[in-house]
Amino acid sequence: MGATSNASPAPLNSALSSFPSLKALKFTTKQQELLIRVSALALIYVLAFVVRLFSVLRYESMIHEFDPYFNYRTTLFLTKNGFSEFWNWFDSESWYPLGRIIGGTLYPGLMVTAALIHRILHFFSFAVHIREVCVLTAPFFASNTTLVAYFFGKEIWDSGAGLVAAALIAICPGYISRSVAGSYDNEGVAIFALLLTFYLFVKAVNTGSLAWSLASAFGYFYMVSAWGGYVFIINLVPLYVLVLLVTGRYSMRLYVAYNCMYVVGMLLAMQIRFVGFQHVQSGEHMAAMGVFFLLQVFYFLDWVKYILNDIKLFHSFLRITLTCAITVGVLALSIGTASGYISPWTGRFYSLLDPTYAKDHIPIIASVSEHQPTAWSSFMFDFHILLFLFPAGLYFCFKRLSDATIFVVMYGLTSMYFAGVMVRLILVAAPAMCLVSSIAVSATVKNLSSLVRAKSKSPQGSGKPLSGSKAAAKASADQSLPFQKNGAIALLLGALYLLCRYAIHCTWVTSEAYSSPSIVLAARGHGGGRVIFDDYREAYYWLRQNTPPDAKVMSWWDYGYQITAMGNRTVIVDNNTWNNTHIATVGRAMSSYEHEAYEIMLSLDVNYVLVVFGGVTGYSSDDINKFLWMVRIGGGVFPVIKEPDYLVNGEFRVDKGAAPKMLNCLMYKLCYYRFGEMTTEYGKPPGYDRVRGVEIGNKDIKLEYLEEAFTTSNWIVRIYKVKPPKNRW
Amino acid sequence: MAKGTNDAKLLIQSLRKAYAATPTSLKIIDLYVVYAVATALIQVAYMAMVGSFPFNSFLSGVLSCVGTAVLAVCLRIQVNKDNKEFKDLPPERAFADFVLCNLVLHLVIMNFLG
Repeated sequence: MGATSNASPAPLNSALSSFPSLKALKFTTKQQELLIRVSALALIYVLAFVVRLFSVLRYESMIHEFDPYFNYRTTLFLTKNGFSEFWNWFDSESWYPLGRIIGGTLYPGLMVTAALIHRILHFFSFAVHIREVCVLTAPFFASNTTLVAYFFGKEIWDSGAGLVAAALIAICPGYISRSVAGSYDNEGVAIFALLLTFYLFVKAVNTGSLAWSLASAFGYFYMVSAWGGYVFIINLVPLYVLVLLVTGRYSMRLYVAYNCMYVVGMLLAMQIRFVGFQHVQSGEHMAAMGVFFLLQVFYFLDWVKYILNDIKLFHSFLRITLTCAITVGVLALSIGTASGYISPWTGRFYSLLDPTYAKDHIPIIASVSEHQPTAWSSFMFDFHILLFLFPAGLYFCFKRLSDATIFVVMYGLTSMYFAGVMVRLILVAAPAMCLVSSIAVSATVKNLSSLVRAKSKSPQGSGKPLSGSKAAAKASADQSLPFQKNGAIALLLGALYLLCRYAIHCTWVTSEAYSSPSIVLAARGHGGGRVIFDDYREAYYWLRQNTPPDAKVMSWWDYGYQITAMGNRTVIVDNNTWNNTHIATVGRAMSSYEHEAYEIMLSLDVNYVLVVFGGVTGYSSDDINKFLWMVRIGGGVFPVIKEPDYLVNGEFRVDKGAAPKMLNCLMYKLCYYRFGEMTTEYGKPPGYDRVRGVEIGNKDIKLEYLEEAFTTSNWIVRIYKVKPPKNRW
Repeated sequence: MAKGTNDAKLLIQSLRKAYAATPTSLKIIDLYVVYAVATALIQVAYMAMVGSFPFNSFLSGVLSCVGTAVLAVCLRIQVNKDNKEFKDLPPERAFADFVLCNLVLHLVIMNFLG
């Protein structure tokens, strides 16, 4: 580096001197390098924010999807009523008639962060509405994540790798998918907290300072407050400590870093009511505690070995202590697990270790599309060139092993395993992929450019007159070098091309796939112009304006959060899915005949029923496509609902050949009411369902206990009013 | 059998001799650690007799003892002149870190005590 730096100031200074205003500024090389680094980071920061703004520019600044609406509603409550009310909030507007203890069943990090930003902006007299703050929280934290990635990369390799890591993660589609503007969800903030915690912990292990360890405990606290995925941290860090102990790379710094982080972090984490005492009672957190005790024993033995200079005595001491420690440990663990005090791994996390578990035992977890195993196309779509740069980076990490690189390798491998099990966890793997790949890119580019630069010395060398033997030696060395230089230039251009393709791919993916609000649908009309379907919001606002304030709405759980946030009405079940029996009751009502469903609806005080139907527009995520899940979940609790009743030869049909129970169940009637008279496509008979591609079987539907209240302009959302019971005579 | 007890006696003697050689400042820290762990054990014994309600109070009591013991051990590691990794660290900085971490620990404990 020092030898080649002489070549660089000359061209730069001449370029600078060509600008008359900059003639007075003569930067040293160090200052030039700092300027380049800072400006690159600033550009990356802005890029990470801007690339996530597609949907705001195309549609409007609104909250996307389903879960963010709940987060938005709670943030609104927090800004209006203050923290104490929020922390103790019992919500009677969802899960009627059970209600939900919101204060104790959510992760408050995201809401508190957005409310804090809102308050700071108001303090500086920027009168922004809380919705704008919520929409832009995720891109803002994505920008902050790039900064953390830079420092992390600098810690594990050098500042060049840090810059590349920041650039890669700014546009990585795996991360963008959950942090676009409008996606106001826990992951937007949680990935920042995750990377921050990991960076602070690695810094603590590298420096052995209690202050950095305390900072990582605070980072862990922020992560626990933000997302349930903190379980990954509390298991990866002990695993890392274990690996270091086993490979013999342990040191005093590790003891200081892990202990302070574990004890203070655990205490801080228990302040979140939703987490509660899980750190001492749940099986998922026992690894951390086990490693904590192991560390005490291990370092105690190490200290005894140090003060006792006699090997034989130490061996006998070792034997005694080990037998005691292992006995006590095994006893405690077995008593705890057997008596049920240490709860086993919950279904959500157990299904990560055994992917087939959810399908057989917990249909609700299996039905979520984000929980499906990942296909190769998803990996390629979300990671592009990082897929092959990751193994290359692993090679470089193993070449120069240090505590920090071991950590990054472990983070990468474990997160890749989990990303393969569940699509949603590609998000957790994205920072690891970017970090490891950045090492590969940075090391390769550095080697290649040093090869290119080394050439500039030899022409000067051969120009000077030299003694015979020296000139001959230099000449022979010259001959192998020109090909090397050309090869290096070609490889550098290749690397540049790859990185350009990556940037193009990421922008295209963001624009096409990840910027859709899901609540507003767009399609191309006949003339090529854009057609917008805003049916969801139309229906929710109809509910808000045309129903009594205490009306209760029954729908499938997907739409619960949106109905409470935008329609402002009480719902029976929503996306929290904490009560499987309640959801199964709704599923049973949707799959029963109308008179049976009416009984259930009366028992739940339902006033309105909302269904989503895509047959007119070709919108395929409608309730008929979700219907089998309703049957399965309902049948899981009420054996009277049997899935084969709705299928014909194992096939799900809605046309004339469909099962009679299917043709007369409540969901079918509500979706296809009056649809038999509708012509949806030119040349097809009336009642042609564009999603299933068939003409429906039961066109002459009569509703006895419900009446149609509202159907949106494209028939996507249909609302029915439940009639009160008839008079006695 | 006799060899076993002989071994144990020899072990304890050599441990005592080696420990007597450590500096006084480190011995004070060790005493503090022993005191904290003893307090934690007393609390656990009390909980075993009386029952664990309210659990958050029990946890905060035990964890404050364990936490401060662990932090004292970290301080001992950083201040011990035999540890070559920490020879650049001034003992005042180590003590300041120790005080800061203890402060945070006890603030959280006070919130958790209920």
